[in-house]
Amino acid sequence: MRHLLDTKNLGREDALRILDVAEDMADAQQREVKKLPALRGKTVVNLFFEDSTRTRISFEAAAKRLSADVINFSAKGSSVSKGESLQDTAQTLQAMGADAVVMRHGASGAPRTLATSGWITAGVVNAGDGTHEHPTQALLDAYTMRKRRYGADSRGRDLAGYRVTIVGDILHSRVARSNLWLLNTLGAEVTLISPPTLIPQDVTAWPARIGYDLDEAIAGGPDALMMLRIQQERMNAAYFPTEREYSRTWGLDAARLAALPPDSIVMHPGPMNRGLEISADAADSARSTVLEQVANGVSVRMAVLYLLLAGERNEKEDAR
Amino acid sequence: MSTRTVLHEADIARALTRISHEILESNRGPDNLVLLGIPTRGVTLAERISRILGEISGETIPAGALDVTMYRDDLHRNPTRTPRPTQIPSGGIDGKVVVLVDDVLFSGRSIRAALDAIQDIGRPATVRLATLVDRGHRELPIRPDFVGKNLPSARDERVRVRLAEVDGEDAVTIEGE
Repeated sequence: MRHLLDTKNLGREDALRILDVAEDMADAQQREVKKLPALRGKTVVNLFFEDSTRTRISFEAAAKRLSADVINFSAKGSSVSKGESLQDTAQTLQAMGADAVVMRHGASGAPRTLATSGWITAGVVNAGDGTHEHPTQALLDAYTMRKRRYGADSRGRDLAGYRVTIVGDILHSRVARSNLWLLNTLGAEVTLISPPTLIPQDVTAWPARIGYDLDEAIAGGPDALMMLRIQQERMNAAYFPTEREYSRTWGLDAARLAALPPDSIVMHPGPMNRGLEISADAADSARSTVLEQVANGVSVRMAVLYLLLAGERNEKEDAR
Repeated sequence: MSTRTVLHEADIARALTRISHEILESNRGPDNLVLLGIPTRGVTLAERISRILGEISGETIPAGALDVTMYRDDLHRNPTRTPRPTQIPSGGIDGKVVVLVDDVLFSGRSIRAALDAIQDIGRPATVRLATLVDRGHRELPIRPDFVGKNLPSARDERVRVRLAEVDGEDAVTIEGE
């Protein structure tokens, strides 16, 4: 593996390899000394053109626990706000000796541009690009589902027959897209529930069932119910009349929580809008995996950085 | 290219029994012992030795697995290696007598990595080393405490340990020119 740009082109074998290595990383996080020496002397740059706290610190924790050096670069208050191009920024990082660049960008496809440009030799990890993909979020979600279902016996298993319902703003959600592709690769069945205004116009090519009624989806007894954040910063049109109406029709309240089968889990990529897409009852219940997702995120990102950086640079792979 | 079998099933069984007796003798009994195998075949050997120790002493000797992949000094010189699970027995290793078990002892670099890995998990009272085959050519000041068979070999020969649990049969072979 040279880069991690999306889950759409991530094969089943590579996906399972990341999830299995994440198991080992999670085990190491239980030890007295949590740090592993695998990436000693490597430099990981967090290149963030969009605001993010949790993803950035999760990648930072992951890199540091593997003994890599971390440089944080956020576009605000940097040379980028003075008009520096992506090419110049990238070449600066290259000159500083970056071994991996973890990139978040508002434009879909920016990480791929960086990875295929020839500006840098570092491995590129997509940490969210526009409305395209957020692959490590999907990987940590799949890891969380697998862990809840198979516990200590998770290694080597996929999610065949697992039923996932994703609810909310599908139109703008890179989390939903990455999850859709990865879950499909791993054999899970995906249902998308959304207001008709917040679903892309043509989704016939998506391997998912599309619905508009949350109660109907809950009655179907999904194994995992994933509530997406209403991204206020992207709500620049009248997608739904009021927040109250959204919450009443598509929010996970106490009554809907009670209607879920006893062993199904409630997921949220965070940060949560409590009272909007998810009620406090649901967010704090024992079936909520929100905090597990955060902890698993570090393990999964450690696995990705390890697989990208630990081995010798293979020239055949470089040519791809 | 010639392949010759240097240890057969019965030889391996005898060697492991002898190693088990030596472990008990040097430890003056089964107290405080923990066996940690280095994946893949070291783990199988540790389980077998644990079983034999149990038969001899009547006590249960915990056996686990210690993966050393991320501690290797040649990590960046090879294609990415996938780590194997580490399983530390529930009693931990603090204050215990840890016996590392490996199939073939060669350069000693895996054992150096294993010592680093142990340090991150706890602080044993003593660490000892058992190996089924010692083929020489050490590159570090490391020496085994319990050896199944000393097997002088040329550096370019390949020594393989095959075990029924992993490979379907028990044998130690040496491949050379």
